[in-house]
Amino acid sequence: MSSGITKTASGGPASTARLRGVAWYQHPRWSRLTAMVAIAVVLTMVTGEQGTDRDIFFALREDFTGPLPWIWLGLCLLVWTVREFWSEPIRKVRRASVAKSDPPVAWVRGQWRGDRRIRQLVLAALVAVAAFAPMGLERYWHQVLVDQIAIYVLLAIGLNVVIGWAGMLDLGFVAFFAIGAYSAAFWTGALPVDPPFELNNFLVIPVAVLTCLIAGLILGAPTLRLRGDYLAIVTLGFHEIVYITAKNVEDFTGGARGVSGVEHFSIDMGFSYEWKLDPLPYYWLLLGFIVLLVFLFMRLEHSRVGRAWTAIREDQVAAAATGVNTVRFKLMAFAIGASTSGIAGVAYASKVGYFNPENFPLLASVLVLAYVIFGGMGSIPGVLFGAAFLVWLPEVLRDYVDPRDRYMYLGALLVIMMIYRPQGVWPSKRRQRELKMATEGTVDGDATAAPAGGKVS
Amino acid sequence: MSTTKLAKEPEGTEPTAAPALLELRDLRVFYGAIEALKGVNLSVREGEVVALLGANGAGKSTTLRTASGMLSPRSGEVLLRGERIDGIKPHNLVRFGIGHVPEGRRVFARMTVRENLEMGAYRFKSPDQDEMDRIFGLFPRLAERSSQLGGTLSGGEQQMLAIGRALMGKPELLLLDEPSMGLAPLVVQQIFEILREINQQGTTVLLVEQNAAQALQLADRGYVLETGTVAMHEEASALLADPRVRAAYLGEIAE
Repeated sequence: MSSGITKTASGGPASTARLRGVAWYQHPRWSRLTAMVAIAVVLTMVTGEQGTDRDIFFALREDFTGPLPWIWLGLCLLVWTVREFWSEPIRKVRRASVAKSDPPVAWVRGQWRGDRRIRQLVLAALVAVAAFAPMGLERYWHQVLVDQIAIYVLLAIGLNVVIGWAGMLDLGFVAFFAIGAYSAAFWTGALPVDPPFELNNFLVIPVAVLTCLIAGLILGAPTLRLRGDYLAIVTLGFHEIVYITAKNVEDFTGGARGVSGVEHFSIDMGFSYEWKLDPLPYYWLLLGFIVLLVFLFMRLEHSRVGRAWTAIREDQVAAAATGVNTVRFKLMAFAIGASTSGIAGVAYASKVGYFNPENFPLLASVLVLAYVIFGGMGSIPGVLFGAAFLVWLPEVLRDYVDPRDRYMYLGALLVIMMIYRPQGVWPSKRRQRELKMATEGTVDGDATAAPAGGKVS
Repeated sequence: MSTTKLAKEPEGTEPTAAPALLELRDLRVFYGAIEALKGVNLSVREGEVVALLGANGAGKSTTLRTASGMLSPRSGEVLLRGERIDGIKPHNLVRFGIGHVPEGRRVFARMTVRENLEMGAYRFKSPDQDEMDRIFGLFPRLAERSSQLGGTLSGGEQQMLAIGRALMGKPELLLLDEPSMGLAPLVVQQIFEILREINQQGTTVLLVEQNAAQALQLADRGYVLETGTVAMHEEASALLADPRVRAAYLGEIAE
């Protein structure tokens, strides 16, 4: 490559040297510094004075004249310095400790890798912590935990199947959430039309799953030939259809006024229990759903189905040539994602009791997508974390910033994240190497085939 | 579902002669209004290597892709051991013992070499380790790079991987679309030697090639396609000697 530049550049050796050289600011180290400065600015804005409607420069003036920006800048620079200049010594120390087989570290690592039972035990402990830790929180956070975090986590692990594993961009995901919620309302008799017979909320779940499955197939079947952007547009249209239908078919859905009086979950088998207004029992119920689905999906990821999805994501023609039924597996991903969303819908409707079409805006679809990408597409722990963190964030920001600005900071975080860590917080191994290869130029962005007529061994 | 189309070919085949492994009868394939194949007849007998030659746009790849189920013919028949297989989807055809190495190799760029090979055995419950060892034996280069990602391999290695991946499905008939594309002569030679070995180990090969000299040295018989029809069909050695073939596909070689 450099020889080509030497030949074409007319300005002589000095200019070729300039063209060939890498400017200091192009080094990844400095771009990471820029990221840290950006984070410092955002943190200053979050923690500093909030703006007023009358004077738009008030906050800027207040925040960036005092000591606050310097404190944050100092902290961020410290993190950066440690990361850039001391990471090598730290790594060396760690490596040395592992080499010496430092008993606790190496033992733990060995146990984790070697013994399945240990892994299961740790996961069980994590679930137990997740189950009991919220008991110490205030009631407000219980609400957030159920209405927001748990529901969005459910949505995110469903969307992860469609996007992260099968590689299909779905922007209408919340439509299935709406279908699930309206199914719950219909079968518990909360809609203006009466169901043929009323069902217990738990029995609604399979019905809603089936409904969403069918809706997923209806959406999936005509769009299977589409890819990427085109598919995204179609799913967008699907969302709009569901949303407008919910809004306008008043006789059936209650229209814009919404639905009220959806029954709570209840059990009546020998003993009876009803989930009432207290959010904690709902939290445990949803946690149960999440644990169950995560367990199922993890098995799925490493099964033949998961491998077929990976192959389809990589190259559909090659996948078909190796015997993967691409149509069936793409539909399956769609249907599984849709039904997960449906479960979330039933749970949401039963919990809040009242909802209207405005609870299912397009923004929700986009946010779920953002959670999945933020956490790390295709990685279940990443997606769990991404959804939980990004739903939690605006809620804590409520205490610090003008509540109307909350999503602005979320936006800033997403921008910074996508520029500097596009693979997400906790990426799957495969996704990580995909991005690495794309940046190295080994494979194109959407890496289909090898360079035709390209390199020779 | 499409497998129910499988029916014994009632007439036209003599009961005494064993049917060819693959037979294309009067195949007509269209891309929209363009007629890419205008009645192609072709047969591949068990154990053979058959080469399909022709200029760009002659219909070679179309023929191969019709045989592997990626395209379906408007009329005509594709027969495998005398049974009709046209219209069967490619992923189902794999189960009938047809392995397709698509044009442009199309290895799974972000899977390792081993994972690529395992994907090739997708039609089985689990990949056959002996088969994988055999493939690593055929392509020692792949064995060395078994944990490297497909996309980081060189063009020649990717071609080897694509062939190996198709072999993992244990095909009786291997369809290859331009295995020499974009490869250095030495690598092409290596790959053709391996193809000969694969054939000797019992796999029938139908191969589309631009590199007529290499292909005809390997093949038993050859077909020359011109604008969607079979222009010539002879023993490979006869084609190699034919002055018209020499002029059109081998370059005028003065000897």
